[in-house]
Amino acid sequence: MDTPKRILVACGTAIATSTVVAKAIEEALKAKNINVTIRQCKAAEVKSLVGDADLVVTTTPVPSDLGVPVIQTLAFLTGIGREAVIEQIVEALKDK
Amino acid sequence: MSNAIVQLLQPESVLLNCEFTSAEEVIKALGNKLFEAGFVKESFVGAAIEREKKLPTGLPLGGGINAAIPHTEIEHVIKPALGMATLKNEVNFKNMVLPDELVPVRLVFLLALEQPKAQVEMLQEVAGVLQNPKLVSDLLEKGSYKEIIETFEGA
Repeated sequence: MDTPKRILVACGTAIATSTVVAKAIEEALKAKNINVTIRQCKAAEVKSLVGDADLVVTTTPVPSDLGVPVIQTLAFLTGIGREAVIEQIVEALKDK
Repeated sequence: MSNAIVQLLQPESVLLNCEFTSAEEVIKALGNKLFEAGFVKESFVGAAIEREKKLPTGLPLGGGINAAIPHTEIEHVIKPALGMATLKNEVNFKNMVLPDELVPVRLVFLLALEQPKAQVEMLQEVAGVLQNPKLVSDLLEKGSYKEIIETFEGA
């Protein structure tokens, strides 16, 4: 299997919404046979942890100059636009 | 099928069809109930209100009725619990991902979380509720804790 892609999932406190988002991404990508490792963090920690990530998915605003793709989305909480965001994640991880 | 919600939802902290005018008032009312019932420390309410200002939790939902899920750091929590309020009139929360935007909210879940992994089921169930417009509008029509529990159990 390929080296797992690394996704940093951020929210305000790293305990509530990022837990839901991390779980949802893990399941969605598993169904597409994409191997990922997911780390949860607080939005305030993104800058210091982004070096180890291929992609950042966040439910709260994060700095824009992170050097990796950033997807800001509530889709995994509200369900709105969920499939489109999963496609966006798959696309962002393609060349990593 | 919302077992974790049913388990964690406290009868004292289900406020139905109530009238509030600000996010702060809602968090205060629900948080005080959880405090009185011994689930959170006295510091919880203030911490949750402060956090809501900096890191808001308003979520625009698909069915036109919107929700918010205020919460705060685990250090203010004694044991995990869930508070819930349905609001007679819309109360503005800020949008979680776009904090400059206001979200008029009628359903609020106050989350008292102790550890991230331990509450994953409850969190997933809450997200499941938010993703179910029919269930959201059903909850707003209920007038008692018992009816709310039945609604979750039947969902």
